[in-house]
Amino acid sequence: MIIGIDVGGTNTDAVILDNGAVLAATKTTTTPDVTSGITAAVDRLRVMSGADLSSASAVMIGTTHFVNALVEAQRLSPTAVIRLGLPAGAGLPPLVGWPARIITAIAGQAFMVHGGHEFDGRKISDLRPQELLDAVDKALANGAESIAISSIYSPVNAEFELMAEDLITRKYPDVPVTLSHQIGRLGLLERENAAVINAALRALARDISAALTSAVRDLGIDAPLFVSQNDGTVMDLDFTRRYPVNTFASGPTNSMRGAAFLSGLSECVVVDVGGTTTDVGMLQSGYPREAALEVEVEGIRTNFRMPDVLSVGLGGGSRIRDTDGAVTVGPDSVGYRIGTDGRVFGGGTLTATDIAVAAGLAEIGDASLVGDVPDATVKAALVQIRQILENTVDRIRTSNDPVDVVAVGGGSILVPAELACANRVHRPVNFAVANAIGAAIAQVGGEVDRIFGVPAGQREAVLDSAKQEAVDRAIAAGAAPSSIQIVEIDEVPLAYLPGNAVRIRVKAVGDLPLTGGTRS
Amino acid sequence: MSRQLTQQELVDMATGAAIMGTGGGGDPLVGRLLVQQALDTGLTVEIISPEELDDDAFVISTAMMGAPSVVVEKLANGNEAVTSLRKLEAHLGKTADATVPMECGGLNSMIPLLVAARAGIPVVDADGMGRAFPELQMETFGVYGISGSPLVISDEKGHSVLVDTGDDNVRMENFARAVTIQMGGASFIAEYPMSGADLKRTGIPHTLSLASDIGRAIREARAAHADPYAALVGAVQSSIYGYATSLLEGKVVDVERSIVGGFTAGRVTLAPFDDGDLMTIDFRNENVVARRSERVVAIVPDLITVLDLESCTAITTEALRFGQRVRVVAISTPEIMRTPEALQVWGPHAFGIDHPWVPLEELSARDHSHHPWEQPVI
Repeated sequence: MIIGIDVGGTNTDAVILDNGAVLAATKTTTTPDVTSGITAAVDRLRVMSGADLSSASAVMIGTTHFVNALVEAQRLSPTAVIRLGLPAGAGLPPLVGWPARIITAIAGQAFMVHGGHEFDGRKISDLRPQELLDAVDKALANGAESIAISSIYSPVNAEFELMAEDLITRKYPDVPVTLSHQIGRLGLLERENAAVINAALRALARDISAALTSAVRDLGIDAPLFVSQNDGTVMDLDFTRRYPVNTFASGPTNSMRGAAFLSGLSECVVVDVGGTTTDVGMLQSGYPREAALEVEVEGIRTNFRMPDVLSVGLGGGSRIRDTDGAVTVGPDSVGYRIGTDGRVFGGGTLTATDIAVAAGLAEIGDASLVGDVPDATVKAALVQIRQILENTVDRIRTSNDPVDVVAVGGGSILVPAELACANRVHRPVNFAVANAIGAAIAQVGGEVDRIFGVPAGQREAVLDSAKQEAVDRAIAAGAAPSSIQIVEIDEVPLAYLPGNAVRIRVKAVGDLPLTGGTRS
Repeated sequence: MSRQLTQQELVDMATGAAIMGTGGGGDPLVGRLLVQQALDTGLTVEIISPEELDDDAFVISTAMMGAPSVVVEKLANGNEAVTSLRKLEAHLGKTADATVPMECGGLNSMIPLLVAARAGIPVVDADGMGRAFPELQMETFGVYGISGSPLVISDEKGHSVLVDTGDDNVRMENFARAVTIQMGGASFIAEYPMSGADLKRTGIPHTLSLASDIGRAIREARAAHADPYAALVGAVQSSIYGYATSLLEGKVVDVERSIVGGFTAGRVTLAPFDDGDLMTIDFRNENVVARRSERVVAIVPDLITVLDLESCTAITTEALRFGQRVRVVAISTPEIMRTPEALQVWGPHAFGIDHPWVPLEELSARDHSHHPWEQPVI
């Protein structure tokens, strides 16, 4: 028995999952202190199911706490970033291009010292321990409480970042240190930025982890706690304290995985239609495909792993305009005012929901209030909506083969029964708590992402060793060895670099021993 | 007229330079940030027209050489190209009055601006490629008789190598490429030392301005909810390039890539939205030939650029992916890039394409007679 909880900005969803079946599901309002919302939700599960929750084997929690802290620029630690790479990199110091309000919120300090590697693993300069510690002393004297370390080409050779961590931790055991190679990939500024964001969240991560633990323990549940990550796997609380940034996109990821689970699919496109926007993502082997390019978070360019999600301005509240027969849908929306402004609710704004009701696709509000909408407008709007959806699904898929589409979300009545690029459109029941289900079904993973030199004829051998490394990491993260499978292999040859340099990414996932058999 | 580079012009120039990169040349972003940082610290960049340059002025071209993927990880120190410039000056016993881009497409449009800011000399509004090309001998300077060497190549440590291959610009490229690998895959060079008269004779004039004009036209059109592609075409028409056309509006349906001798080679296939014939574009770092159902519709050295349909920003060949909604635009080259001597260096055969060069204008006229329903965007 697993308890899955997803704490969103508005709602806290919770489910009990037992051998792949949903025993109980509930939705409550997220509370400002978060933990009381979790307590309320789990209490309701207890009442609904009559189950003895103390026998739960794990509690999986997805949370938007950390991304919200960055968005609100609140509860962030004073942070210093130290880049190892001089004399390279001096032309663009760390934190370049950051929004001033976030730099202020983290009291950001930037330092550059010697270190760094070339693409082929040679050193740019030796690390100079005293120079590094001088920078740390100065940062701490100026109020820094958390430190991010970046080193040029650390994804190829992490030696200097690890040495720096060791030096700092020996002198200042209580200062959290975030290493860029553990956060992002090649692309120094973006990886460094992601590391700084992570560093600024370390104190909050410590507090949240403690609060979640006591909330769950107070409910009489002794099971281990895990937190959802961007990639659909979970991490334990020790990892959460170190890598809070890994939770940033866990909401959309859990929603997609939960929807797919409810539909019994592992290869599909998930279309989540909300009030203002539609989010579309793709699952491969049950996991969301990752964005290949940089992702901007609050105006900061980063490159940590995020699901590839396309967002378009179509939702239940999208405004419909008919100007002499030219009908447009969105991208603006009445949003949360749909219940007052929408025509079927007695308001004066024609929305996508009104179109669905007028077309007989849904029974919401008072259908007689949209009886006067011209048939031509309804038809044209439906054509537009279909085109938006077909275009977006087509953009997210990776080949011309038709895909299974899973439609979820409050506005999913707008998704037609058939789409040009879809085999079938699935509409799972119980999708209101898809996020919590996504949290509950999570596995643990291990990943390798490095540049390998691939000698002629050695491709298979190199791939095999990368796979073994990913499997070993999944075991180290707690996966039961017999359950581990490779879910992703990606090889990208690197242009302009000699010696057949190939970036290889392998991801292995497996069940936690205590959650065996919970995944369909 | 000489002018000071503003932050706004810098952003516009980077947008235009990415388009003139014709799929390669590297993302100008890192270069733009370096120049922005220099401007933020109070340095200035003076841009002068080639006409303002004295015949006996001394000009040195500056650039980044190597892999754009390295430049985004091993960020520049910012002084590398200035080091090369100063060492070349010392070697020749002459001080440069100005620097000039060798390549106005992609990242290398930005490096001479950084040199101008840091060395305190003007940058000439001209270049030697008129777009992006992969190799150092592919420059009008060399095509019309200027020796690229002596060339100085430097890294972030201030280490440098002087390459002197006499008038053999191909050997210069070979040697400099080998040193670049040893310097970590990216280096900064000073090359093609020449007089103001030589630059005026052999350079492609006003290409930095063209990049700015393209970027500004697109930005203004988007702000006014007007068609950014029409704005792009308009900006090109009022330059010496003279002609631009939209080849296709559609979707990427396939991308094949392989690495050949350190270059990304491959082919992208595009399906138009109107269910017309498929288009393929072959690339070798840059886009080199576009074909509509086997018929060539644009070919190197004319510029072929794939743009993101919505944002009207250039997509490099490395960033092409299935499903992207794109507009393919082709731009004709000015006469100086189309002479027999020039085509000898960067015509289709230089990229292994067995097809003669035919001017874009002529190919477009043929193409439209095959496709009367597809009107050029003007």
